[in-house]
Amino acid sequence: MPIDFEVPEEIKNQSNLTQMVAEQVMRKYSRYYDEHEHERPWEYINFIWPFMKSMEAASLKRSLRQSQSNGHGGPSSTHGNGKKKVGSFQVSMIHFIETLSWGDAGIYLCTPSSALAGAAIQAVGTPDQKERFLDRFTQGDPKWGAMAMTEPHAGSDTSAIRTRARLDPETNEWVLNGEKIFVTNGKLALEESDGILVVWATLDPELGRAGMRPFVVEAGTPGVTITKQEHKLGIRASDTVSIVFEDARIPYDNILGDPELKKAETKTEKGFKGAMKTFDASRPWVAASALGIARAALEFTRDTLAEEGITIPEAAPYHQLSAIQQDLLQMEADLKAAWLLTIRAAALMDAGESNSLEASMAKVKAGKVVTTITQKCVELLGPLGYSREFLVEKWMRDAKINDIFEGTGQINTLIVARRILGYTRRELK
Amino acid sequence: MYTFDLTDEQRMLTDMVRRYSDRILRQVYREAEEAREIPREVIEQGWELGLLPASLPEDYGGFGEYSVLNGALIAEELGYGDMAASMELLAPNLVASPIYLCGTEAQKQTFLPLFTDVVYPKVASALLEPVVLFDPYHLRATARREGDVYILNGEKAMVINAPEAELFLIYAHDEETDSTQAFLVQGPTTGLHVGDREKWMGFNALKTYRLRLEDVRVPAANRLGGDAGIDIQRILNSSRIALSALGVGLAKAAYEYAREYAKEREAFGEPIAHRQAIAFMLAEMAIDIDATRLMVWEAAWKLDKGQNATHDAYLAARYAADVALKVTDGAVQILGGHGYIREHPVELWLRNARSLSTLLGAVTI
Repeated sequence: MPIDFEVPEEIKNQSNLTQMVAEQVMRKYSRYYDEHEHERPWEYINFIWPFMKSMEAASLKRSLRQSQSNGHGGPSSTHGNGKKKVGSFQVSMIHFIETLSWGDAGIYLCTPSSALAGAAIQAVGTPDQKERFLDRFTQGDPKWGAMAMTEPHAGSDTSAIRTRARLDPETNEWVLNGEKIFVTNGKLALEESDGILVVWATLDPELGRAGMRPFVVEAGTPGVTITKQEHKLGIRASDTVSIVFEDARIPYDNILGDPELKKAETKTEKGFKGAMKTFDASRPWVAASALGIARAALEFTRDTLAEEGITIPEAAPYHQLSAIQQDLLQMEADLKAAWLLTIRAAALMDAGESNSLEASMAKVKAGKVVTTITQKCVELLGPLGYSREFLVEKWMRDAKINDIFEGTGQINTLIVARRILGYTRRELK
Repeated sequence: MYTFDLTDEQRMLTDMVRRYSDRILRQVYREAEEAREIPREVIEQGWELGLLPASLPEDYGGFGEYSVLNGALIAEELGYGDMAASMELLAPNLVASPIYLCGTEAQKQTFLPLFTDVVYPKVASALLEPVVLFDPYHLRATARREGDVYILNGEKAMVINAPEAELFLIYAHDEETDSTQAFLVQGPTTGLHVGDREKWMGFNALKTYRLRLEDVRVPAANRLGGDAGIDIQRILNSSRIALSALGVGLAKAAYEYAREYAKEREAFGEPIAHRQAIAFMLAEMAIDIDATRLMVWEAAWKLDKGQNATHDAYLAARYAADVALKVTDGAVQILGGHGYIREHPVELWLRNARSLSTLLGAVTI
């Protein structure tokens, strides 16, 4: 495939609808849900659900078909002639998420879908598991899938996870004990819908990452309690909770990936690699969300400044540009740089190529860019930028999360550094 | 559809240029810099690659097609080798491309065959001026029409290969149309004075000169583009992309050099690359270089599609100038005291990188 930057036709067709959603059921309610934390943005949820249902159905169907043809999931399949089939799912997700986040990043996070739980199940689940856990997202009322990884004592260092999964040989059930925090959509998934939670637990803490496995917990499982709803700096529309597991029993088949631990042999990190695989998809999504916020802030700032007569001239030498014009151009350039890195990471995944490095690159750049752009926009608009009368101050608060979740900017920089240097975790801590 | 792979042809092209960069430019650049001269055979070997003829269609004696994107791919590989030699090798493009893009059919037929010869062409382009507030949309050099001739006056800077040039492309402010126009001037001619060799902060191997224009008379037919004149933006866009790509190559060279150095250089009992302070700098360099390359490619791709990409080219150029400077500076920093010594190339790369925003037309929008 040659170098090509053409936006695929189906994405162009979809973008008008997405833009309408962003304007009508998101942006309009931005301030309300920012100030009414823990209320749910039903205008958006109810509007988007039918669309998400059909997307989930198509995605499930594709995933099952892939399971049949190559025995495992994956974003692309190989035809008989050995030529790779290039899809466009990730790239259209990038466009979709960017526009929704332009509408409102907090509300976007409330999108009813299997989300990260779905991504994990699609990445490492069996066909039976896909059917059992994901079919619910193709029908009925709005539902949510959530992922629980972080614990009070384990943030970026996921190998320190203490939530324990033990097998009860008598009932052949997994018994979960522990506490998870910062679970996005946890309450929506477990209490407010018939959703699912993918929870990361260890079978043997001594094995570190090699002992970690993802487990699927369904809504209504006894022993699973939401203990806290967080109050946040931004993305306040988004549901963020703590969950405690007290002898929560789930069926044996709810483990994702290989239940066997290989102690004696070379330590495999299959479970952990499962998580990493979902990051390859989710990091570009987070980058896209960041860039949607950045574009919202930049467009608003540009339009507002234009009303004051400050515009970018069509052709002018450097020395004729004011500081504000320079700032605007720098923001445009940064936004484009991050956007192209994000598109590349998604397109590589669509092409079935490895994209871990590129996904982290996009995440680092987008997290940084959205933080500086939104802060600069607040600055450029003076008192109006700082005022809650406008959304710029909110966008700056919303933006910051993108440099934190799905791997902080530092962790992703570390991943990039290890990759380009060819270093292991031991060599570059 | 977003795809980022080179075609087989593009890969052959970049491999070929890369070999030239590795085997020839990287061997001679330091000596050339100190001697303030690129060995003749180096340029001849580069010219033999046929890069310029490959960018012209058969109608004009070439054997390929004009492509801004291919130009960018070539420029990155050359920039990876050495900036001075790249600029000398690409200098004829600064005359050929404007003729191809904006020339009349007669001008193309007359002048383009000059560039398809086996010998490096004796041509020179004169756009920059020796002023602080350089503005390519309103040049200080002037062109005044008198009947069938234009009279050129003014001063030009950074004219590569001026003493040998037999054909000049000189940009001046056309008073009649109040716009930047370009004139094909056959030299030597009355009133066209080649001044002293210039001295620069970097790329000292590149021979550039001042040019003084004193009532230089040019037949009206030699105004590029004839009655229609030129679209300066179109010309700036394509040269901007090439220079930006050159900057990407330069940045990549510095990044890779610093990366390998950091893996070998030990301090406190282990390679300095084991430290996040160093490793993170390298990671950021890698990210910025990739981002810039994508911006350059996108703008080039749009230009090849005939889309308006002036703003994209501007943003790419701005980024390329910034990133090349930041990366080469970081490379000097990672090498520490050694980076400051002329035994290593990074100090030269930093000096070279500083030129980009100047060369990019003082980064005009």
